[in-house]
Amino acid sequence: MRYLRRGWRRLISMRTALLLLFLLALAAVPGSLLPQRPLNPAKVDDYLRTHGAWGRFLDRIGMYDVFGSAWFAAIYLLLFVSLAGCLVPRIRQHARALARKPLPAPKNLGRLPESGSFESGDTPAAYATAARTVLGRRWRVVQRDEPGGVVTLSAEKGYSRETGNVLFHVAMLIALVLIAVGRLFSYQGSVIIQQGQGFCNSPTAYDAWRPGRMAADGHIGPAPFCIDSLNSFTASYTSTGEAASFAADVTYSKVNPDGTDGPPTKHTITVNHPLRLEGDRVYLINHGFAPKVTVRMPDGSVQQDQATFLPTDVNTYYSEGAFQEQGKPDAGQDIGIEGFFAPTPITNANGVITSASPNVANPVLGMFVYQGTLNPNGLPQSVYSLNKTKLHQIGQANLHIGQTARMPNGVTVTFDGWVPWASLQVSHDPTQGYLLFAAVAMVVGLIGSLGVRRRRLWLRITPAVAEKKGSPTVVSVGGLARSDSGNFTTEFAGILSRLRDASTVAEPGLVGAGKE
Amino acid sequence: MAVNSGMAHLSDGLFTTAIATYTLAMASYTAEYAFGRRGRVAATTPAKAEAKVLVGAGGPVVDAPAVPSGDGFGQELANNRPGDQKRVAGDRIGRIAVALTILGALIHGSSIALRGIAAHRVPWGNMYEFSAVVGFVAVVAFLGTMWRAPQIRYLGGLIMLPVVLLMFLAGTVLYAKDAPLVPALQSYWLAIHVSAAASSEGILVTSAVFTVLFLIRQRYDVVTARGGRLRFPVALGERLPSPETLDKVAYRTVAFAFPIYTFGVIAGAIWAEAAWGRYWGWDPKETWAFIAWVVYAAYLHARATAGWKGRSAAWINLLGFGSMTFNFFVVNIVISGLHSYAGLN
Repeated sequence: MRYLRRGWRRLISMRTALLLLFLLALAAVPGSLLPQRPLNPAKVDDYLRTHGAWGRFLDRIGMYDVFGSAWFAAIYLLLFVSLAGCLVPRIRQHARALARKPLPAPKNLGRLPESGSFESGDTPAAYATAARTVLGRRWRVVQRDEPGGVVTLSAEKGYSRETGNVLFHVAMLIALVLIAVGRLFSYQGSVIIQQGQGFCNSPTAYDAWRPGRMAADGHIGPAPFCIDSLNSFTASYTSTGEAASFAADVTYSKVNPDGTDGPPTKHTITVNHPLRLEGDRVYLINHGFAPKVTVRMPDGSVQQDQATFLPTDVNTYYSEGAFQEQGKPDAGQDIGIEGFFAPTPITNANGVITSASPNVANPVLGMFVYQGTLNPNGLPQSVYSLNKTKLHQIGQANLHIGQTARMPNGVTVTFDGWVPWASLQVSHDPTQGYLLFAAVAMVVGLIGSLGVRRRRLWLRITPAVAEKKGSPTVVSVGGLARSDSGNFTTEFAGILSRLRDASTVAEPGLVGAGKE
Repeated sequence: MAVNSGMAHLSDGLFTTAIATYTLAMASYTAEYAFGRRGRVAATTPAKAEAKVLVGAGGPVVDAPAVPSGDGFGQELANNRPGDQKRVAGDRIGRIAVALTILGALIHGSSIALRGIAAHRVPWGNMYEFSAVVGFVAVVAFLGTMWRAPQIRYLGGLIMLPVVLLMFLAGTVLYAKDAPLVPALQSYWLAIHVSAAASSEGILVTSAVFTVLFLIRQRYDVVTARGGRLRFPVALGERLPSPETLDKVAYRTVAFAFPIYTFGVIAGAIWAEAAWGRYWGWDPKETWAFIAWVVYAAYLHARATAGWKGRSAAWINLLGFGSMTFNFFVVNIVISGLHSYAGLN
């Protein structure tokens, strides 16, 4: 029990909190230097391939998902507990301080860091009233009477420093809880749709579906709505080829509780302006090209197709992809096309076509054409490349729109044109609105905590000595800034002179030494 | 909308002029420093030893230290006796330095403003522009500190040095032509998020400089107390203000910048929610912003923790500055992430 208590006390000490803060900062470093699975799984696989045993070791200790790893969670949970444990007594203390009256004036105010005194012709009670007016409402003032007719004022200011401090830390704890709850109840889905296509908000519709725990367990279902159609996607570019704007015009409809579709509504999604509905947000994440081809198959039939090509160069949107045209089953007459799409083609020094700009200007579809069996083992197969184990190349061509390439076996491929596609992401996080409040509270708390200084002021007003007629009342003032003193010296000098101005000047000739 | 290239050129010209003006200012500050507002001999004069001296912002009560030193603040003004030719010359040069700094800041500010007007957008859309704004804020922060505490004037060279270095880097390595913003940056959050980041970072540069001076001064005190030999840079401590003063200025600047930095990170999260579909995603830039934030938070705590005050806290401050600098240079240029707006290709 004693060890437990000692351990607890150590955990909630500032020293431990500091250490945990460092650990947290340090633990985040590999998350930015090593490839991370949640951000880019392909890069992680690459890294694993090239780094052998070391790479596998890093994998075992969770280095490719630092922010989801047990040890990262351990650090922030400890910090959370340490903070909470430290905060509860501080809140209690602060509440007590708020309720308590400012402390009585010390005997000798001259010993305080800031002090001064002057004489007044007022009686102590009259001057005390005048001084309270000078201090105004910003100071919390308590007046006390001491033996011998002495009146003291105790004033304190700057309570909002600790209030801000507590507010910041409490808001941060709440923010952490909200983030954790948000993670549990969130989901994200992303899907590529070509112009003219649509999708409904359900896990099966997505190319990638990343549910939080509750969504994965089926406790919450995606909000009922459909993006009926991507009516058009437009990208505009400056004269120098830089992107100027991206816009996806969509028609969406909510599904009514009775299962019927709501009225279709048109909306334009742009890069910084998602479509917000039913607690979900629909984002425009990326875009690209889907070339259209007409293929005459070996048996003479004609197939038309358009396939999503993925940009492999983020600057020029040089894209790659594949067409897969099934022929008669098991006849070895499937046609596969792997190729590239260069929106603004240029031929480089080696005679290879690349792209100069993402802006489409007389694009080229470059292709290798294969014949054989497309998917020999019937397993799921990427739509962006071919499984060439049962395919053989029958030709290649670089086509402009409208051109046709002739291959053996009567196969022809015509490049008909292209449509844009847009990659849309649907996100759901029920706590982020509350989180914003917590974040605002954190900033407000910080401003109070770092911008306000706690200071104390005392006045000791000693009455005229009765037998010495006409002797003045002596006012001594002392000040103390708790925590960082800042320019309290200047502030105190100002207060002192205002206090002096508020007093009636003592009768001339009777003024003694001013300063203690 | 097209970029007004005449204005953009003028902005570039003003930028170079600002660097030149700052360099002159730096030289003048250094000259003032060298003229010795207060040398070792003067410091040992006991005349002012009992004085409590009022100073402005960051102004604590400075008791004259027991060790011979140029604790500077306030006393040297009082020491400004007529007939002390060297000191008068130093003072004149110091005034010239301030005038040059203000002139430089005006030119610098115009360069930044023109850059924005030329492209019809806020002038902080790439690393060059961001550095320009950070440098500008650092200069303004220094001028502001000097307004409240004129005694620190002779330290101006040490503030101008990182600013000139940063601007030189910006003008050479980081330079990017004025251009319209890519769609991802077309948001009013650019004005809010980036200005908060740039101003807090500019102020934190100032804090880091004072922290370095604090460490030098503290080392100086240790070495002189031991009677050891003084070498560069510890020897610089001779004319620096007291360690308490430097520590306080470093702390107050962080205390001022930290809420702004926090606000900047939060504004970034709000923007990320609108642009990338989540408010936080551990993108390298976000990760390092988090690291720097945590380290500066540790600094603020360390300064209130027994056993961590002073030197340890100062090193934590520099660690925070290091993370922030890393976040700007290395994360932007070397590590790929979503914040790829450096404009360097």
